Amino acid sequence: MAKALPGVLASFEHIDAAIDAIHAVKAAGVKRGDFSVYVSHPNHEIDDAVGHPTSPVRRITLFMGLTGTVSSFSMAIWMNRDWPILVGGKPIVALPAFVVPGFELTVLLAALSSVAAVMIFGRMWDQKGAAYDGRFSDDRIGIFVAADGAKQASFEQLFREKGAVEVERVAA
Amino acid sequence: MSAILRDEPVMVQTHAEVTRDVLGTLATPTKGYYACFAAAIAMLLIGAVTLTLIVRDGLGLAGYGPPIFWSVFITNFVFWVGIGHAGTLISAILFLFRSPWRTAVYRSTEAMTVFAVMTAALFPIIHIGRQWIFYWLLPYPNARYLWPNFKSPLVWDVFAISTYFTVSTTFLIYGLVPDVAAMRDKATGWRKAVYTKLAFGWKGSDNQWRHYSKAYLYLAALCAPLVLSVHSVVSWDFAASLIPGWHGTIFAPYFVAGAIYSGVGMVLTLLIPLRKHLRLEHMITDYHFDNLCKLCLFTGSVLFYAYAMEYFVAWYSGNTFEQTTFWYRVFGPNWWAGWAMIIPNAFLSQMLWFKKVRTNLTALFVISIFINVGMWFERYVIIQSLANDYIPFAWGGMRPTMYDWGILIGSFGWFGTWFLLFAKNMPIVAIQEIKELIPMPRKHGNGGHH
Repeated sequence: MAKALPGVLASFEHIDAAIDAIHAVKAAGVKRGDFSVYVSHPNHEIDDAVGHPTSPVRRITLFMGLTGTVSSFSMAIWMNRDWPILVGGKPIVALPAFVVPGFELTVLLAALSSVAAVMIFGRMWDQKGAAYDGRFSDDRIGIFVAADGAKQASFEQLFREKGAVEVERVAA
Repeated sequence: MSAILRDEPVMVQTHAEVTRDVLGTLATPTKGYYACFAAAIAMLLIGAVTLTLIVRDGLGLAGYGPPIFWSVFITNFVFWVGIGHAGTLISAILFLFRSPWRTAVYRSTEAMTVFAVMTAALFPIIHIGRQWIFYWLLPYPNARYLWPNFKSPLVWDVFAISTYFTVSTTFLIYGLVPDVAAMRDKATGWRKAVYTKLAFGWKGSDNQWRHYSKAYLYLAALCAPLVLSVHSVVSWDFAASLIPGWHGTIFAPYFVAGAIYSGVGMVLTLLIPLRKHLRLEHMITDYHFDNLCKLCLFTGSVLFYAYAMEYFVAWYSGNTFEQTTFWYRVFGPNWWAGWAMIIPNAFLSQMLWFKKVRTNLTALFVISIFINVGMWFERYVIIQSLANDYIPFAWGGMRPTMYDWGILIGSFGWFGTWFLLFAKNMPIVAIQEIKELIPMPRKHGNGGHH
């Protein structure tokens, strides 16, 4: 984490306290994306409080899945016409026989592209920016708000009021 | 599904304790672990030496000869692919069914899947004889401008197995990422360095989870039909030919049920000692074994039905060749193999109707070993159908040689080495999913969570 983003990092033990804090941060005018909530497991209460729209991963999965279907059938059809050999009395382009590779390539491309999409949308490579604490993967909930100067003090006070067990100011 | 399979949350305590307990599995291993690991390495060496001799002198060493050119290596291939299926069933299909009991066991079964498919993938390559030109199976423009035959189940198999391996490995690593991040934040030394790489920068932010959870659902939804398709394609390697005993429409569901049956058997074989040596008794409990047994009972009963139906259809068809094949299976020169398949698979699995058996881990461990043996022999027996086809003049048999057994032993060594390394160095229980089952503490009492 070379260049830290200046801000305030709060740590919570209680889920309801963290939810209150998320609502308060949003009420203070911080937009979705300018604060991060860290938790060790997928948590619907936090999702609802932050209010994200549906993840765009589904479009990537569908598009790449269809790409797999189309490319597999095109490959099989083209290869069979490129060097036409009659096998077992079947037509040169025997579509039912091409269903299996078609299905496999659909699954392959859809699965790999879904994971790639998560890595890109989830900014997995982005090691700079928002502060983090190892305990967030254990049993704490973390909230980071990007802020500097006088704003840091007001967020620190907000988090303490909502029941944060630790609050840390992060300098640039 | 949940009416039959008991849905109880895992009896663990707090989030911090989950992390601590799973981290505890990375501590210095027991003597039993070292003994197993040494045995696996020794078996792997036996396999390596055998394979070296086969590469040097040819497949003739392995008892290949007319009329049986598919033998123990293809038996091993189908056996190991089958083992993998239970892992994907538990990790993907039960995820879609929202069966929370899968949580404590799915990581280890998913790892089993990946290593079993890695083992299976070796066998077509060993079997082709000239291992160094295995890439001829892939559709690439070769020197004679020929393409693979897309109408052949063997080519479908190349697609099916390579997709299955890639996707199940992706699914395993993907599920590991948040857990590896949790380990990264606790571990020290070389492990911390490795986990930092493998966590791919995971922080568990709200933005990451929202994409992650969706994609996990899609991966599960993609894996579910994939696992059914893979063993169906493997079954068509046989069923799409005209050999009596192979040419049956029942083959795809019969193979899929058998695959899951053998896979759950292997899960039991692995989990019973694993939970003892990694001290996971409070996470992997009796009710997990109970549910695994019910899966085993169900698929074992499907197999029983399939066996009965094969014999019925052979008799009812009035086809002499079909009837001869099935007669030879139980009364021919390999009668012992036929019964080694029927008794453990069809009859022994019926013991699992009894709760006393399902809750007795020693009995289960013994039964699971018999399931593994029985399912290996099922594939062996099916391949022996080649001995008696439509030309009685060409009938024959084959006797496995010590090279066949050497490779089989080696395959267990290869699988065991990977699995034991994984069990000791990676979170073998899914931390984040167990945490999801435990409500987080609340300031204003814990009654109000939804």
